[in-house]
This record gives sequence, C-alpha cells and structure tokens, in this order.
Amino acid sequence: MDAIILQILNGLDKGSAYALIALGLTLIFGTLGVVNFAHGALFMIGAFCAVTLSRILTLSHTVVDDSRTDFLGNPLKVEVPYVYDWFGQAAGDTIIDWAVPLSILFAIPIMALVGLAMERGLIKHFYKRPHADQILVTFGLAIVLQEIIKYFYGANPIPTPAPDAFRGSFDFGVLLGFDPNTIIYPFWRLVYFAFAMVIIAAVFAFLQFTTFGMVVRAGMADRETVGLLGINIDRRFTVMFAIAAVVAGLAGVMYTPINSPNYHMGMDFLVLSFVVVVVGGMGSLPGAVLAGFLLGILESFASMAAVIDLIPGINQVIIYLVAIVILLTRPRGLMGRKGVMED
Amino acid sequence: MLGLNRKDAMLLMVVVLLTLFAPFLLNPFPEGSSLAQFNAGYPDLMQRFVIFGIFAIGFNILFGLTGYLSFGHAAFLGAGSYAGVWMMKLLTMNVIPAIIVSVVVAGLFSLLIGFISLRRSGIYFSILTLAFAQMSFALAYSVLTPITGGETGLQLSLNDPRILGVSSTGDGSIPVTNLFGLEMRDSFEWEVGAWLFTFNAGYYVCAAVMLVAFYVAIRIFRSPFGMMLRAVKSNQQRMNYTGLNPKPYTLAAFVISGMYAGLAGGLMVSMDPLAGAERMFWTASGEVVLMTILGGAGTLIGPVLGAGLIKYMENIVSKINSTILHEWFAFMPDGIEDLLVTLVYPFIGKGWHLTLGIMFMLVVIFLPGGLVEGGQRIGRLFRRRDRKGTGVEAPAAEQRRKTPAE
Repeated sequence: MDAIILQILNGLDKGSAYALIALGLTLIFGTLGVVNFAHGALFMIGAFCAVTLSRILTLSHTVVDDSRTDFLGNPLKVEVPYVYDWFGQAAGDTIIDWAVPLSILFAIPIMALVGLAMERGLIKHFYKRPHADQILVTFGLAIVLQEIIKYFYGANPIPTPAPDAFRGSFDFGVLLGFDPNTIIYPFWRLVYFAFAMVIIAAVFAFLQFTTFGMVVRAGMADRETVGLLGINIDRRFTVMFAIAAVVAGLAGVMYTPINSPNYHMGMDFLVLSFVVVVVGGMGSLPGAVLAGFLLGILESFASMAAVIDLIPGINQVIIYLVAIVILLTRPRGLMGRKGVMED
Repeated sequence: MLGLNRKDAMLLMVVVLLTLFAPFLLNPFPEGSSLAQFNAGYPDLMQRFVIFGIFAIGFNILFGLTGYLSFGHAAFLGAGSYAGVWMMKLLTMNVIPAIIVSVVVAGLFSLLIGFISLRRSGIYFSILTLAFAQMSFALAYSVLTPITGGETGLQLSLNDPRILGVSSTGDGSIPVTNLFGLEMRDSFEWEVGAWLFTFNAGYYVCAAVMLVAFYVAIRIFRSPFGMMLRAVKSNQQRMNYTGLNPKPYTLAAFVISGMYAGLAGGLMVSMDPLAGAERMFWTASGEVVLMTILGGAGTLIGPVLGAGLIKYMENIVSKINSTILHEWFAFMPDGIEDLLVTLVYPFIGKGWHLTLGIMFMLVVIFLPGGLVEGGQRIGRLFRRRDRKGTGVEAPAAEQRRKTPAE
C-alpha cells in the first residue's frame, strides 16, 4: 500500500509537467488548429527565464572590504550582489534564495511576448497550410530556439536550486498513518504539483467564467459563426496562444529545481507531451490534463522494481505502448471530441 | 534508355557522373592551402553522403509521394544496422549477405510497424511512428542488450563464431569488411600537383548501390504504382470512390522506404562494423526529415542534395572555429574584423545547427519544393523568354505546391 502511494506521488510531478505542456498544446491546437512542435522549446525558454533571473539577481560588483584581509595582508575584495545594496544583506539573501518562484513574475511577460511574436510573426502564415507544413516549420523553429539558448547558456545543465524552505523532504507516510520513513517525498515536488493544479484551474476558470473565455470556447466550436457575429476571433486566439506559451513557460520555470535545465529539455518533453495530447484526445483540454497525470503515474508504476522484474524494460516503453493501444482502439483518444482531426 | 524517358535518363547520367567523379569534385582545393578544410573528398564523408542519400531517397518515396510524414524512420536504419553486424559476427565479413539481411530485416520490421501505424493518418501517423521508433530505441538501449549491445553498441569481437571465415586474422586482429576480397577500407591515392585525390573501395561500393537505389526510385516515381501513391496524397477519398483501396499502396510505399533505410543501415555497418542504439533515436529520424524537405520532397534528386548538404555542414562547416574566422577577416581593420567574427561565429562551427534550423524554416516557408524548386525558380528567371521552363523535376515540385500533403 505504501509503495503504491509512493509511486502515485512520484508520478505526480512528471505528470504535472506533461499535463501543463499538453494543456498548452491542446489550447493552441483547439483554437488555431496548429500543431506546434515548438511548444517544448517554450517550456525550455521558461526554464531559462529562471536561470536568467537568478543570474541577474546575483550580478555583483567588487567592493574592497577593509575589515578583512587576505593572506598577504591586503584588504579583501569581495563580490557584493547589487540586491544587497538595495535591500540589505538579509533581504537580499532571501531574494536570491527565492529566485525560482520570483521568476514566475519575470517569466510571465517574457513568455507572453515570445508567444505573441511567434504567433504573429510565423504561425499566422501557416493556418491555411497543411498540418505537415506546420509540424515542419515549428520543428525548425524549435531547433533554432534551442540553438540560440545553447549559444548563450552553453550545453551543460545549469543547477537552479529551490528556496531553502522547500529543500528537504516531507514524510508523507506519517500523515496517513504509515510507519515513518516509508513515504518520503521532496517538498518541491509537492509545490510543483500544487502549482500545476493552480495553473490548470486558472486556465479552466478563465475559459469557463469570463466573457473572453466564453468567446474563445465559442470560437473553438465554430470559428466561422463567431467571426460572422462581428467578433474579432483571430485576436482572441492570438491571446490564447500567448496564454499557452505562458503556461508552458511557467511549467518550465518551476521544473528547474527538479531537473537542471539544459538546452534539449524541451525536445525531451515535447515528444512525450505529444503522446499525452494524442492519448487525451486532440483538442480536448480535460483529456490533456487527465492523460498527463495518468501517463505520469503509469510511468512511475512501471519503474517499480517488482514490475520491471515481471516485464523487463517496461518502464522505458509504457507511455508509447499505452499511446499505441489507445490510438488503435480509441482513435479519438480518451476524451477526444468528434470531428477534430479526423481523417 | 533503361525504360526511362530522355529527361530521367539525363538526370541519371548526371548523377552517375557526379558520384563517379566525386573524389575530384569534392576536393577542389589543393592540399595544405587555407581552403583545404573545405575539401569533402575523404572516404568517410563521401560514404556518408551516399549512404544518407539512400536513406533520404527512401524516405522521400514515402513522404514525397504519399504525404505520410514518418517521424520514426531511423528505427529501420537501426534495425538494418544491427542485422548487418550480426551477419558479420555469425556468417562472413563479406558485405553482400550483411546488406541483404539488413534490407530484409528492415523490410519485415517496417511491415509490422507500417501495418499498425497506417491505420491512422496525418499527425496521428507521425506520432505513432515516433512512438514505435522511441520504443525500439528504448528497448535496444536497455532490455535487448544481449542482441544490441546496449549502451556500448554492437561490435565485432575476436571470438565471433564466423562460419564462413576466420574469427581473427593471423596477427590477432578482427578481420575487415570486404567484397569478395576487396577490402572496404582500401584506398588508392593519386597525387596530381598539389592535389591529393582518394579513391576508396567502400565509397564506390556505396555509390554503386546508391545509383541502383536511385534508378529504382526513378522507376517507382514514373510507374503506375507511383501515380497511385500520388493519388493517396492528393485525395484519398476520391481514390476510395473510384473503387481503389489506398491501404496496400501506402503500406507498400512504407515498406519500400523502410527497406531503403535498412539498405542504408547495412551499408553503414559494411563501412564501419558497429551499430549503436543512438542511430534509432528520434533526432536521427528528424534528420532524414530535414534532409528530404531541405532538398525538395517529392523531387527525385532533392533528398540526395539535402543529405549531402546536411552531412557537409555537419562535418565541414562545424569545424570552423573563431581562429579560422579571424584569419579570414584579417584583411579588414581590427574593429570590423572583430565585429564580423562576432556576427558570423554563432552561425558556423559548433552553431551549425542554428544555420540548419534557419535554412530549414526558410525552405518550409518560402520554398515548399526545397532547394530543387529554388534552383528551378532561378533557372526560370533566366529563361523566362524561352519556352515555358519545365525542368526534369518540375512535375513533382509543381504537384507538391498544388496539392499539399494531408
């Protein structure tokens, strides 16, 4: 029992990332009808927003500290981050420590801008082109974005730690009445899961309870009619693209403490996210979220030692296997709507 | 000639001449000159040009004709490689059985995967092929280690039970791949003045195979079967209504292109007898997509050009570093020199992928027919006054523009 709960928990953080990326992909597909292979790159750019902010925060200038001397007896030169000057040392330390959560604020405008630029500059011209062309051009864009990041940040993963307060692990088992130390779970992963839930809830609430969201949903159902009613649906869809970019970016920001960001993390996640979208059902938002968590948890179950003993290698292929079975038996995916991407 | 019309025969002749004289054409700069680093006429790279050319020709038969975008073609190349190495381990170091078995194994593998994947089309097909390829990669990397060598890859060793041949040569080393005694690594070097030309046995074997593969591709393109495949691309529904089932045609195209990939894999291990799982990784599948699109999907010669271009960039352009750049721009004033180097540097050397990505995007956006279409457009500019320019490739490129893949 405790092992099962542990595996469910383990699956949640990866599942959250899948769900967030797949949610954005589905938003873009549902509104604009574009298959965005560059979505993983947006996830990666988000992660590098966190790296950038923590670098900006630790920008320092050299100050001669007369009170201390080095081994030659000269006054010691110390690097002092600018934030110390502005907020004092204690507050400055806290700010640097909380760089990753702070990056959320930093990443939102950047990701929105990147999303807008992408949609207006490139994807707009591909609405009428076939899906294969859309896949290809966004695949090219993903390569370009990835190489730009590689040029500026190098090829090695950059460790970006979580704030001290979340660094430890949390004994989840005690809470549920198991023996201590049976179910231990890192704090940050819980934070990530909660964060993902908040974002997902926010997106759904936005679509469900605002006028803007209502128009967008109407546009997803029948774009032409909405346009005929005198509503500029294209502009709203552009905004949705930006929102999808922000969602992917935030997923990337918060993922940095779990996995140090590197330039190809986007592609690694993208392949799986596409599988998630297809399993959930092309164009179905709840399907994307459900499939994201489902596949994340399945993956962590498949990597239990007992399961691997039974079927060797299952942990490597479970997601693809599920996708193949689903695609062949339920072509529309778990919750796919009728008429979306049907042959 | 050979059942080809005049234009196709001309194209084939041009390709034959180009491959035959590639050691000269790719080595235009004298040894030791500052431009010698742009020489691509060394055996290893020339072999890669033709092998990846075969891979791309095969991919083009599927994507260019039927419009089915497979993102998992590297799996067949990988399967072919493994099969080839096993033939060398078990049977003989002669490359012929290895190549044949590679093609057969890749064909069977693609029959299996194609049968399942082709039940869906469009993006679902892409995802399915991607999923299968990633699965093959993951399995080859982990569970199938006894067959595939896992992380280290599958290599020959000194105690292979080679039935027709020896486990190790007299001096205790692993025997080399050969074609009835002609060693694949044999090279004949010819020095003419400052130039050094290398004629490699392996390259010419690969080139011969490539020419046959290219000829077969032309025949497929011009056959009624090829016409059916184009029909699959332009309108499946209409094809159904005329009483034709598109499924066997697409499956046949898929298997043929899988066999081409296996052929490429078999040649790869014939030149260098080791196979690794990374050959099946999805980036390798992405690479052949890049090659085909860049050169011109649906055209005959495009994929070969694309393969050549990408391999050239990967092996030659990627070696340019900032020191060399500084040498090039040394004639300029210092400030401008530094500026130019800073501007150019991100795009070459280690950043060649960036150039590739940008080129690829530009091609997809502006030239859906790839470089071949670009060449045609330039050609048409120059002879607009002449008869309406219809190059050898025009029908295919034209068709791609009018009836996009779906």
